[in-house]
Amino acid sequence: MPIDEALLERVLLLESVSEFLYREADLLDERRYTEWLDMLAEDYQYSVPLRMNVAYGETDAREETRAGREICWFDEGKETMSLRVDQLNTGLHWAEEPVSRVSHLVTNIRLEAIELPEVAVSCRFLVYRNRVADETDFLVGRRKDRLRQVGDSWQVVRRELLLDQSVLLAKNLSIFV
Amino acid sequence: MTTVEEPTGTGARQVRDLVDVRKGEISREIFIDEQIFKAELENLFPRAWLFVGHATQVPNPGDFFSSWMGADPVLLTRDDKGELNVLLNSCRHRGMRVCRYDEGNTLQFTCPYHAWSYSIDGSLVDTPGALHGVPQQKAAYGTNLERQKWGLVRAAKVHNYKGLVFANWDPQAPSFDEYVGDFHWWLDNLADAFDGTEGGTEAYRGVHKWRIRSNWKFVSENFLGDTYHGASTHASVEAVGIGPGGKGKRRHGERQNEGGFSKGRMKTSFRRGHGASDNLAYEVPYPEFAEDDLNDYFVAAWEKRKEKLQAEGRLLGGRGPATLFPNMSFAGGFPRTILVAHPISPTETEVWRWYLVDKSAPENVRDWLRHYYMRYAGPAGMTEQDDMENWDYATEASRGVVARRYPYNYQQGLGQETASDLAGSVHSHHAIAGEVNARAFYRRWAEFVDNLSWPELTELARVDDRATERDADVTDVADGVKVLDAVDVVDGPPAQ
Ligand code: FES
Ligand SMILES: [Fe+2]
Repeated sequence: MPIDEALLERVLLLESVSEFLYREADLLDERRYTEWLDMLAEDYQYSVPLRMNVAYGETDAREETRAGREICWFDEGKETMSLRVDQLNTGLHWAEEPVSRVSHLVTNIRLEAIELPEVAVSCRFLVYRNRVADETDFLVGRRKDRLRQVGDSWQVVRRELLLDQSVLLAKNLSIFV
Repeated sequence: MTTVEEPTGTGARQVRDLVDVRKGEISREIFIDEQIFKAELENLFPRAWLFVGHATQVPNPGDFFSSWMGADPVLLTRDDKGELNVLLNSCRHRGMRVCRYDEGNTLQFTCPYHAWSYSIDGSLVDTPGALHGVPQQKAAYGTNLERQKWGLVRAAKVHNYKGLVFANWDPQAPSFDEYVGDFHWWLDNLADAFDGTEGGTEAYRGVHKWRIRSNWKFVSENFLGDTYHGASTHASVEAVGIGPGGKGKRRHGERQNEGGFSKGRMKTSFRRGHGASDNLAYEVPYPEFAEDDLNDYFVAAWEKRKEKLQAEGRLLGGRGPATLFPNMSFAGGFPRTILVAHPISPTETEVWRWYLVDKSAPENVRDWLRHYYMRYAGPAGMTEQDDMENWDYATEASRGVVARRYPYNYQQGLGQETASDLAGSVHSHHAIAGEVNARAFYRRWAEFVDNLSWPELTELARVDDRATERDADVTDVADGVKVLDAVDVVDGPPAQ
């Protein structure tokens, strides 16, 4: 059977992207934040808009707040991410002291566009946090990433999360989703 | 009079007995107990003026914004005459929430259950909220249904204060102006633009909403005067710095060499329960920004505001955190934001945060402030994350049978209050410590929860019995308003 070169290339690309995203999840769950920061491009942009309950016909216009203009949960770049890491590393950040136990599940990974050296990836996330004793949060939703090939690995250039909650049922977002 | 069973079953008591402001001891029961919570819902929230939303969230006729007043869902709507209405979001037929959208624009709310419909803006009927359509009305009710009686319940009073919209269910309640009194200076600093333009602010689109496992009063108390917690709670933010200047401390850029945000800071506590964490009598410039264009905007705004306020005989203070009794907290500076703690149960609260920006702010200012607000406040904000940890676990650790036997300590600055020339208020001069505001808040809270009548409530608040000594440093200013001279700058981080 002849090998479909294009398909093979795509499969290998998907494999490489998936491997990168799983490794990223591991670094976060193991609290290796400084190493994790290296996975983010210098021009990294992170946004988590607010979700809203609006009428069926208005979902396109109103369902999410717009990054870059309106209030979001997050809408920031790498500099702030580094500050957040610094804060976690002080050992005085009581929202994460004692530290939470966190598992990031990344699934439904699809390559949406291949524009090498960049690719657009969509996936679902499920982040479970358990804290102190009975404090438990599930953060679930859709994620769109833009990754850039750097050497034989990747960097995250842009990440947009759509959290499936309009009222955040967790008391805070002190972990990286 | 509301009576509450002692947990030990020893008989009835007043809620006021649990709040001993003379000794500075407050029972943990008021943060935990189911019956007290019910009494709050019954006697406090339906009689107090409550913040519902910002007028700029509903700019056009037919616009609505879903909100809460205590445990009741309400709709803030704009009618075809441009007026604001506050309607109970519950169908008069069987109680269904007639609108479950967070915001939108519509002619009518049609109940999903049996389709009674209510006009949102009065264009279909005489009054906004009136019952407009009833399916099969003739067959089902004949001539017996008096439609004009069965509209959505309307708040008895609605008041738009410079864009801040408040409502009250109680027709007997005093006017908003009377309820607020001289505390309005702090509301002004929130609602006016950075250059002093009256009501020159608008709400960014997007309200942070999140759930916490604490009693709602922890939230009110925190912002009304707890500057004491900043150094410990927010130590990690102090360490990494997120202030306007971008580097250094949490409030780096607050022109610390000119006193910064701490200059002249003290507590102002109103007999009616409101409180602020600073005074009005100092002139600290807006922060020093790293970016020139931002600096230009805020320096120009500050100059303009200074000129305007000085012409009125006022200084420029009062941007610090404050709470309008009972559950609206806010800050008029950096960040400029409103927070409302909606009670769900004794140990659960839904917190909402709005953020305000000058209507006339250019894109760069708007964008910079938005970023700053998000990294500072709200559940993802680096500062507020740690507050919730405290409130939640304070609530949890106060729930035990033994824990409940021991009151909280509110003795900071006890008996050291000084009189203020702002009507019905006193000051506490320690810039960081001083629980005078909390004591006043809980005393007022108990008077409401014990269901004292409005004449009684008004009479109790008529004179402030806490301080008889006039402060030595009173400066006269124009039109009857007197403010105190700035006190010494006290070292230590300001807090929110
Ligand atoms: S509950 Fe609304 S129409 Fe019946
Ligand atoms: Fe705080």
